[in-house]
Amino acid sequence: METFTKILEKNYREVPDRTALTLLSSDKSEKSYTHREFLTCSERYSQALQSSGIMPGEVAILILDHGEDLICAFFGAVLYGVIPSIMPFLTEKLSPDSYRKSLISLFKITSPAAVITSPGFEQDVLNASQGTGVRCILTDKEIKMNFSPGRQVDFSHLPGTHQSPEQIVLLQHSSGTTGLQKGVALSHRAVRNQIDNYSAALLLNSGDVIVSWLPLYHDMGLIAGFILPILKQIPLVLMSPFDWIRAPYRLLQSISDYQGTLSWIPNFAFNFCTQKIRDKDLVNVDLSSLRALINCSEPMYWNSHKKFLERFEPSGLRSKSLATSYAMAENVFAVTQGGIETDVMVDIIDRGAFNQNRIAKPLTHPRKWEKSLNIKDQEINRPHIKMLSAGKPIPGTEIRIHGPDGEDLPDRHVGEIVIKSEYMLSGYYNRPDLTNEAFRDGWYMTGDLGYISGEELYVTGRIKDLIIVGGKNIYPQDLETLAGEVKGVHPGRVAAFGVYSEKSGTEEVVLIAESDLDIKFAGEPETIPEIERIADEIRDKITRGTDITLRKVHIVGKNWLIKTSSGKIARNTNREKYLSEMAQPE
Amino acid sequence: MDSNIRNLLSKYIAEEILKQPQKVIPPDKEIISNGMIDSFSLVDLALFVEDQFGVQIDDTELNGESFDTIEELARLIEKRM
Repeated sequence: METFTKILEKNYREVPDRTALTLLSSDKSEKSYTHREFLTCSERYSQALQSSGIMPGEVAILILDHGEDLICAFFGAVLYGVIPSIMPFLTEKLSPDSYRKSLISLFKITSPAAVITSPGFEQDVLNASQGTGVRCILTDKEIKMNFSPGRQVDFSHLPGTHQSPEQIVLLQHSSGTTGLQKGVALSHRAVRNQIDNYSAALLLNSGDVIVSWLPLYHDMGLIAGFILPILKQIPLVLMSPFDWIRAPYRLLQSISDYQGTLSWIPNFAFNFCTQKIRDKDLVNVDLSSLRALINCSEPMYWNSHKKFLERFEPSGLRSKSLATSYAMAENVFAVTQGGIETDVMVDIIDRGAFNQNRIAKPLTHPRKWEKSLNIKDQEINRPHIKMLSAGKPIPGTEIRIHGPDGEDLPDRHVGEIVIKSEYMLSGYYNRPDLTNEAFRDGWYMTGDLGYISGEELYVTGRIKDLIIVGGKNIYPQDLETLAGEVKGVHPGRVAAFGVYSEKSGTEEVVLIAESDLDIKFAGEPETIPEIERIADEIRDKITRGTDITLRKVHIVGKNWLIKTSSGKIARNTNREKYLSEMAQPE
Repeated sequence: MDSNIRNLLSKYIAEEILKQPQKVIPPDKEIISNGMIDSFSLVDLALFVEDQFGVQIDDTELNGESFDTIEELARLIEKRM
């Protein structure tokens, strides 16, 4: 089997002058790179790693802004056989202190030999790397100084091209203290297999153009929106997530300008585009080239698709173009794919049976997405949920639904989704303990809940206490630890959980903290200055110390939070209590 | 100096973005660099300014360097009104 690096080499020989990617900048300028150009630039990074005494097989952490340097540093590491891991860049709101703590936590587990970053960030990395195995910190500026774009890449001297398919090619991390301890290690074989099988599921062809605004430190951005198009010689149009969030219309504008056919976005982005793009920004936007806009990375909602279609149908969006996928870094990326050249399936199920018996009882036969649009609530005449299918397993992946003791559950019974594939992770990097815990009898336990009907997978919820905000994984324990550091919060008596917001199409974090103050009843408005101070300090600490912005904080009195028999704060039970006692309708 | 612009901005941010209607935001307090207004809400703020004052804020200006306090944003609006 050809390794990842061999394919880069093949592309260099076969299509050196074909455009590999186009980068859209904040200032609205654009720059295209051929396969030869970006690989020549990447080789500079291979050489820099080599001359710094870094050995193939060691890890390099990349902390660079979304752009040319990040792309070339990534492939430069791969070509040299060094394992790259992309870390989110320090954003304006993050406190340098908490970012440094994240770095230290990452360095401890991952033991990188090198860090590649920008000059302005060198000192921070240096401080964080004290006492770790980091031997060199390279900056993109010094690497690019000697760059001569005209030279030929000598692949035979690049150790990455001589690796075996079983060797680790890259690491993927979630962010936060907890996420950084779980580096998903992927081999050449795994990445190759996923990309080949996923391309087949997508019916990928030479007419495709992929447009992405996703961050490269996230599996969806890294695999679907970066590595897949480059390896498969599909033109890629890439913009920064920071630019997209300020101007969501730029995604649609770029799809229109470049005749984009495929794009992946999380559910919240459907709502975000629907609500925040103005008509004047849609003039001349034509979305008819779009083959699939794939909803992925967080729970997918029928209503988000419906509103998106209503909003953008006048701009040429076809109903069939709305697609779905269920994916995770541990499977490299995709587990399922739905809605390619056909409609996503919609299953209308009985809400009561679902909530009480964990059974997906159909109220009508599953139907194609477009046909589900005309159905009136009166026709169903019962409380129901319109479930969007995540599609069928992609080739090479097997899915089962397991009960609590690992037993197989029949069709339409809700249980844990477990998977087996030809491209699973090699393991969590340097964490054999976590790797062992993740598997049972060879099945990877996803921690997600769902059911199968026919061949279609429907994802319904989560067993694990993870919160997904706008497609980003947030570990509640990270938030709780930070909140517990605020003066006035009773140590260890904090619960954080996610509550779905219909408006934003994603989860909103709610944090409840017990205070030592004498608070008579829960949910008291923040009229007492001391309560307001505690709540504000928690908001500030979490906003500046994590990827999220925290709004919903409730300070409660002693013993409001329910503990389990073993004395732990039960997040889910407290979530239920919050929803029944304190939650305000949107 | 139009204190009305500052009040309207402060009220909008407290009610619609922070969801803490009683909150008073001092006009010289940072609102972007400290994450008070998150990236998801920046575009809302721009839409509000456009609707309320008829002033365009380009998406490339939605960062702490262009304006980081209500005072700075109000001046930017006044300059363009």
